[in-house]
Amino acid sequence: MSVRRLHEEQPESFAFSEANLARVEAWIAKFPTGRQASAVISALWIGQEQEGWVTKPMIEEVARLLDMPTIRVLEVATFYTMFHLAPVGKHHVQVCTTTPCWLRGSDEIVKVCKTHISERPGTISEDGLFSWEEVECCGACVNAPVVQIGGDTFEDLTGDKAADIIEALRRGETPKTGSQIGRHSSEPEGGPSTLTKEVQS
Amino acid sequence: MLADKDRIFTNLYGFDGADLASARRRGNWDGTKAILERGPEAIVDVMKKSGLRGRGGAGFPTGLKWSFMPKEVKDRPHYLVINADESEPGTCKDRDILRNDPHTLVEGALVASFAMRAHVAYIYVRGEFIREREALQRAVDEAYAAKLIGKNNIHGWDFDLYVHHGAGAYICGEETALLESLEGKKGQPRMKPPFPANMGLYGCPTTVNNVESIAVAPTILRRGAEWFTSIGRPNNTGTKVFCISGHVNKPCNVEEAMGIPLKELIETHAGGVRGGWDNLLAVIPGGASVPLLPKAICDDVLMDFDSLKAVQTGLGTAAVIVMDKSTDVVKAIARLSQFYKHESCGQCTPCREGTGWMWRVMNRLVAGNAAPAEIDLLQEVTKQVEGHTICALGDAAAWPIQGLIRHFRPELERRIAAYNQAAE
Repeated sequence: MSVRRLHEEQPESFAFSEANLARVEAWIAKFPTGRQASAVISALWIGQEQEGWVTKPMIEEVARLLDMPTIRVLEVATFYTMFHLAPVGKHHVQVCTTTPCWLRGSDEIVKVCKTHISERPGTISEDGLFSWEEVECCGACVNAPVVQIGGDTFEDLTGDKAADIIEALRRGETPKTGSQIGRHSSEPEGGPSTLTKEVQS
Repeated sequence: MLADKDRIFTNLYGFDGADLASARRRGNWDGTKAILERGPEAIVDVMKKSGLRGRGGAGFPTGLKWSFMPKEVKDRPHYLVINADESEPGTCKDRDILRNDPHTLVEGALVASFAMRAHVAYIYVRGEFIREREALQRAVDEAYAAKLIGKNNIHGWDFDLYVHHGAGAYICGEETALLESLEGKKGQPRMKPPFPANMGLYGCPTTVNNVESIAVAPTILRRGAEWFTSIGRPNNTGTKVFCISGHVNKPCNVEEAMGIPLKELIETHAGGVRGGWDNLLAVIPGGASVPLLPKAICDDVLMDFDSLKAVQTGLGTAAVIVMDKSTDVVKAIARLSQFYKHESCGQCTPCREGTGWMWRVMNRLVAGNAAPAEIDLLQEVTKQVEGHTICALGDAAAWPIQGLIRHFRPELERRIAAYNQAAE
């Protein structure tokens, strides 16, 4: 397990925007009465989308909203590794380095992050736009190596292609997501070996 | 090779639409009402006869699992929970079902819930699968709008289906950890018994199934148990989505018959091993947790539960990770040890302490910086972790190392000798 603690510097307060509060309430409605704690991951997720990271006042506010002890929300925030407990760049690059990606060259991607973002993971780049970290398996192993930025994955990468994507984002462009070698999704490169014509079951 | 007409996931790659109209054209939601009219017992019976074994890794018979649910709903509601927390390194099959063929899952959720007398189901999608979750939510919304599910739907079984998500924790793929997470807690596995069929979500009878297990159910019910058992081998029936990654020419996902020879799978669909079959070093046949196989065994091993068990490994999630002769196999396994150290939930001492201990020794073995006796010591520690924890994560951390020692002990000894010689 990894040790995760709250950031040393915390903002004074936190409040969900009106729209986000409605989203949290929609999540609460998915669960039986009295089981609103089930919405805790989603509430923190929405809070993180709003603020960029999970803050102590946010944890306290979520605890209040869901009628949970603060320590229970703190436990959740520190347990799940997709919650950023410190500020991250506008584009947070998650580099998968688990064995399937490593076999196909994730070391190159890590090098690119070091030179194009920051030497150390978890540090925001000088222009404030980027941060990066190594993550465990992203679940796109047949398109390895993979990075995830925000909700999107960039697949079938090389070091150069990863650098191109980072620089495109830096210029404010929207690089193509998914496979970078022209694959549609998880089919073999060059076209599928099965399902070659539309099938009726 | 499995014929296209026998494939269940006919939009695995997403060349066709994931929307309801396209799904209907592919045969989803066809005669669902007639399936439900057979009644819960008949549905469970077909699932049992089909021989379907859970596709999430453990391979427990799905029909039997369904039959463990109480036959009558009493004071506590029943729940179906679908495990889409796909996090086993090497595995990305559920991802394709979620994003490209989500209606197989939505229909399966209705049928399975009906068979287990549940009016509510939750699908727990891993946090990283954001686009996949959006695609699934679109399918669920379409099904509600078309009154295929929801209150007073056309199938006559009130059914609410909710998409939930995690936030980065491998352990939540363990069924009781998933339930804890769904209840809003840290994902730390529960002791069993009581089993979820008795005390699951919110203390109510619950069945947790993998995405693929649920998504294949409607097709099995439409085409019959005999069709499913005609594919594969006895006790290892049906089709399976394989994920082939690593050192192959064309990594891919593909639905194939259970029991396909590993070599045929790799050569037919994944373009063969990089540099040819003779350049193969080893294969991890079922996701990160199962022991690897050296080339000699890969030459003729079949890809199913029993065949792989017979060679001291497992089918797991059918995620085939291929390593050619350029691979530093010790480092490849050491990286998995790092994974398990990172993902241990910290609840049980043997796993919390053992995964870190094993990882540190593995890292020294990569360089050879160890005493020869430490290989046996490491083996012994894996045995002290295995079977001594609440859930199988401890086992999963131990097995890859045991596989390495079993098949590559000379390589470990060579590194130790070389390191010690250089140090002298």
